Amino acid sequence: MTVLLPRRQRRSGPDAPWIDDGAGHLVRPYTVSKGRTRPTAHFDLMTLVRATGRRPAGLQGPDYDRVLGLCDGPVPVAEVAAHTRLPAAVTKVLLADLVACGALTARAPAAVAAGPAPRTDRDLLEAVLHGLRQRL
Amino acid sequence: MDFVNDCDPRLRTDAASEPFPTALKILVAGGFGAGKTTFVGVVSEIEPLSTEELITQLSAGTDDLSGLADKATTTVAMDFGRITLGPEHVLYLFGTPGQHRFWFLWDELSHGALGAVVLADTRRLDRSFAAVDFFEGRGVRFVVAVNEFDGGHRYAPEEVRAALDLAPGIPVLRCDARRCASGTRVLASLVEHLLTPVPALTATPELP
Repeated sequence: MTVLLPRRQRRSGPDAPWIDDGAGHLVRPYTVSKGRTRPTAHFDLMTLVRATGRRPAGLQGPDYDRVLGLCDGPVPVAEVAAHTRLPAAVTKVLLADLVACGALTARAPAAVAAGPAPRTDRDLLEAVLHGLRQRL
Repeated sequence: MDFVNDCDPRLRTDAASEPFPTALKILVAGGFGAGKTTFVGVVSEIEPLSTEELITQLSAGTDDLSGLADKATTTVAMDFGRITLGPEHVLYLFGTPGQHRFWFLWDELSHGALGAVVLADTRRLDRSFAAVDFFEGRGVRFVVAVNEFDGGHRYAPEEVRAALDLAPGIPVLRCDARRCASGTRVLASLVEHLLTPVPALTATPELP
């Protein structure tokens, strides 16, 4: 069986020492979110967040600043996590803090049913199809 | 890796005053080495991004971690890309790790997904089985895109359909995951498929 190596391990080879990026990831989840792994609000990877312009009273630290700095336009949780290079779980904790203090607004992803009997909005799919075809 | 950028990337239009767009997602699944990362990278308007999930806290007690070498490997990376379809719609593509032990990730990812592309490498078709099983089991609609690697034996779509034991009506397409236009066509075919009515499981064949 082929074992999927984590991205960083694939990049640097299995015998590479765990310094720099790797070491950072070992530390951050526990310090940045103060040990918390569950956000105070539910976030999906596709939840969109955007800065309100209000300053995050009571929340200080470079990680909050960094996260807030990425949220000028509507941006999904996944992109914030990717740019901060924090695990998604930790990113959600920070985002939830920022939403709670009013510095961010969040919008849950569109409710697109993907069950055995999907009732997906045809207009939505038509718009997606149109957008894709325009790229061809 | 050769990327052929033969389609027109659209710039994102965003301003703080605009309403939230609708963020949509499509999953790109397939076995290890089937070309998921290439596919996502080439159709994306941005350099592919990657998010990491902590496996320990998400899968404790439910997933077999025996294949993971040590504590340091308890994150799994998911590559994703973005296609801005207009001011109102932004499409995200998530490349999902193919192994069974990552299915807990697929559960979150497939929630709310429009559908999925299963990339198949005909040299290692069995590696697509897990993805097909997963989407069938969860009722996520999908198309199969046969990534035609250079030098790979070219099978007819019907041969692939038979080997994967696909339900009739599930499209089997050919693609070159290194080409943006080819990948974009696969995505368009998926959405066309989503626009067709879902055949009921208990439906009797229509008589003429």
